[in-house]
Amino acid sequence: MAQPAGACETKPWRSEAAKPFISVRNIVKQFGDFTAVANVDLDIYKGELFCLLGESGCGKSTLLRMLAGFEHPTSGTITIDGENMARVPPDRRPTNMMFQSYALFPHMSVEKNVAYGLLREGLPRAEAYARAGEMLRMVKLEKLARRKPDQLSGGQRQRVALARALVKKPKLLLLDEPLGALDKKLREETQFELIKIQESLGVTFIVVTHDQDEAMTLATRIGVMKDGVIEQIGEPREIYETPNSRFVADFIGSVNLFEGKIDAAAPDLMRIETQDLGAVLLPPQSGLTLGQPVWGAVRPERFALSRAKPETAPNAWHGVVEEMGYIGHMSHYRIRLANGVLIRASQSNRLRDEDPISWDEKVWISVQPSAFRVLTR
Amino acid sequence: MRGWFLPLAVVLGFVFLYAPIVSLVVFSFNDSRLVTVWGGVSTRWYGELLRDRQIINAAWISLQVAFYSATLATIIGTLGAFVLTRFSKFTGRLVLTAMITAPLVMPEVITGLSLLLLFVSMEQMVGWPAGRGMPTVVIAHTTFCAAFVAVIAQSRLRSMDDSLEEAARDLGAGPVRVFFDVTLPVIAPALVAGWLLAFTLSLDDLVIASFVSGPGASTLPMVIFSKIRLGVSPDVNALATIIIGFVLIAVVIAGWLMRRAMRKGL
Amino acid sequence: MSAGNALTRSAPWRGTAWAMGKLGISGRTLVIAIPMLWLLVFFLAPFFVLGRISLAEAIIARPPYTPLFERGPDGSLQIIASLENYRFLLEDALYRNAYLSSIRIALVSTIFALLIGYPIAYYIARAPEPKRSLLLLMVILPFWTSFLLRVYAWMGFLRSNGVINNTLISLGLIDSPIQMMQTDFAVYIGIVYTYLPFMILPLYANLTKLDGALLEAAADLGASPMVTFFTVTLPLSLPGIVAGSMLVFIPAIGEYVIPALLGGPDTLMIGRVLWDEFFGSRDWPVASAVAIVMLFLVVAPIMWLQSVQNRREEG
Repeated sequence: MAQPAGACETKPWRSEAAKPFISVRNIVKQFGDFTAVANVDLDIYKGELFCLLGESGCGKSTLLRMLAGFEHPTSGTITIDGENMARVPPDRRPTNMMFQSYALFPHMSVEKNVAYGLLREGLPRAEAYARAGEMLRMVKLEKLARRKPDQLSGGQRQRVALARALVKKPKLLLLDEPLGALDKKLREETQFELIKIQESLGVTFIVVTHDQDEAMTLATRIGVMKDGVIEQIGEPREIYETPNSRFVADFIGSVNLFEGKIDAAAPDLMRIETQDLGAVLLPPQSGLTLGQPVWGAVRPERFALSRAKPETAPNAWHGVVEEMGYIGHMSHYRIRLANGVLIRASQSNRLRDEDPISWDEKVWISVQPSAFRVLTR
Repeated sequence: MRGWFLPLAVVLGFVFLYAPIVSLVVFSFNDSRLVTVWGGVSTRWYGELLRDRQIINAAWISLQVAFYSATLATIIGTLGAFVLTRFSKFTGRLVLTAMITAPLVMPEVITGLSLLLLFVSMEQMVGWPAGRGMPTVVIAHTTFCAAFVAVIAQSRLRSMDDSLEEAARDLGAGPVRVFFDVTLPVIAPALVAGWLLAFTLSLDDLVIASFVSGPGASTLPMVIFSKIRLGVSPDVNALATIIIGFVLIAVVIAGWLMRRAMRKGL
Repeated sequence: MSAGNALTRSAPWRGTAWAMGKLGISGRTLVIAIPMLWLLVFFLAPFFVLGRISLAEAIIARPPYTPLFERGPDGSLQIIASLENYRFLLEDALYRNAYLSSIRIALVSTIFALLIGYPIAYYIARAPEPKRSLLLLMVILPFWTSFLLRVYAWMGFLRSNGVINNTLISLGLIDSPIQMMQTDFAVYIGIVYTYLPFMILPLYANLTKLDGALLEAAADLGASPMVTFFTVTLPLSLPGIVAGSMLVFIPAIGEYVIPALLGGPDTLMIGRVLWDEFFGSRDWPVASAVAIVMLFLVVAPIMWLQSVQNRREEG
């Protein structure tokens, strides 16, 4: 693979001038009194692997089904490659979908399942089956072409579903919890296989998932959804490092949140007065005013633990290890400060023979100002 | 419910279920005309049965009626079930929901009488059906059998994974194609079961057929009823034995087919 | 790498699909219309005809009832409708008794079917797998043989010189045959026998769903098997009991064949009265009136009860 020339070429969303391939404008979907999707705007660029992430019932599947044409938006427009989808039924959309249940036709062989979409396009039988065979080779299932779906394992079925959805070379592939039914180990392997297939075919993917690890691994960008609204759209790193709300910060990974008020602001440093930690120093952030209520957010792994008082850290507190969990590559701690506040911290275990901090030890816990993220909602 | 009580109750229950049938079969081989007095083994009643043109004719009529009714009922019942499970909104939905299951609780005498009166009125008004016979019996049986097929088809359509039909749509099939390519093959076993049930119900019906049938179209139950109304008659025992034999063979074949299908991993 | 425009790629098939999509709108109507029209004509319309004829008078003609409309001497259309038939039903105790006795017979039979069916359903539900399927098949099997012939089998059993009486006499237990045929007892037997599978199947379906751990939990908490049955199993199987009882009660109430073959001349059931009125007296209007009253007195409450139950299950 050639090295990309610049960020704007592989990450078109960073450029103002780039034209979105799929654009969703002011989409609303109501089921009776219930609003499943509330005024969503979304731009997706060609070749992206976009993940819609959220808990069940957040509206992510409804959004996906509107893209596929199975649900009609109450209002708003969907455009795919410049074409308005408003009156296009699912069988005439340039999209294909991989269903959560896989929806393999139980009465047709694997081969027939994969060729089905090509035959509906009017392709001659021989050509349709040849292309289906090619696709099956790509997902390494050519030997099982004559089997019926119920004679396959879960992982094999997942690959048939993928092959069936991809064989028509859709402009947009919609995947509803594509790895949800696989066990953990298989899921991890399949994630990378999925990325490889997506890159080699250049098809734009939209994946719906409730699994944050899956979204982080797969996605070029993630849209975090809650109650029918997209809370934040961004690259995995952005979502993790600079969440825009307490919900996103807490939903992706774990986080310590400290409520407080902006206390003082200097050009190079800002201070918030928190109830739990007292004054905390952090780098300045624009758009904040003095006295504004905010939350300081810190990821557990950003805390440093030490037995001796750290010399240079501006934010340091003394506490006792109340709980500790060793999980191999990391250890998780819960540290109780003198004022009763409980802090979650974690340390990676780099050395085999170090003397780990353990239960009931008195420790210093410190954090760099830049590790704080200030949230206003 | 422990100890001796439960097994005893079960054994007595099965004796209650099977003793009359067993005695029916045993006495069909009785030489005596007095059905319940043993007079030696004989197959004379089978011979008499086969010479009875009336019974043979009625059996043939019943089989034809059952075949046509079951087929029509399967089509109408399936369409009704499909419409009710797949079309969420249309005019008359409530009426159709009520009408399709109501025949299940309707006493046969009412169904039979009301249909007969309909046929008579229609004949007066539009000249059709001219007289009553096999067609009117088929119409009547179709109507009440369709309800049973609809119930079976509806439960299968409800339990079917919705995304199968959506997947076919997604892959480029129009609504009609989806029905024939996906829906129909998937629910086919339920429809076969529905057809068989409708066939049996039609073959079994006496009351409705008695109302809506006409001269020359007496079904087998009608002929049997007129015979046994006057008392027991040994050739009816022979007929019962033949029917039981058919049912047993059908059950064995069905069981064998099912086991084979299960072995194939279906 | 573009997948091509969906509408221009393979245009001929797309064209057909488009036409089908167009047709889908009228096709949808067609699909709705077939079952709808069939049932409107052959299920709903008959009740209007039934109601109409119940208001006519019986005459000796073909068809044997007076028309509802008649041209008067001046050529005007007159409606001739009378509630005479309904008044007749109200005044003659025969009909009232027939309605009441239908309900009583159906009720008693349902209770017996429940008492016989429950232990069988319970036993099958608790049986290990190969045995369970076999027993279940044995319960359903008689249902596939002719209903009429199963009733007929009991005629041979219950007759004065039938199997039961002959056996009892030859064992020396009785001297003269007991009169069993042509009694209400025979009718109960006939109904219970015919509809027993309908009682057992819903009960079985319900009892198999019963979590065995519940029984163990009850035993663990100190309940004897008897107490466990009455405090856990029985209350949880109530939906099955209701479903099974309905499946026996509903067809039993309008039953004609069983009282006609097994019952005596004084076994009154409304289905039989209707039949005799129609085939015996050839009085179509009175038969229609009987049917209409039966519809409102018996069928409507059952349908209402069922719809209430359905709504509760959905909610």
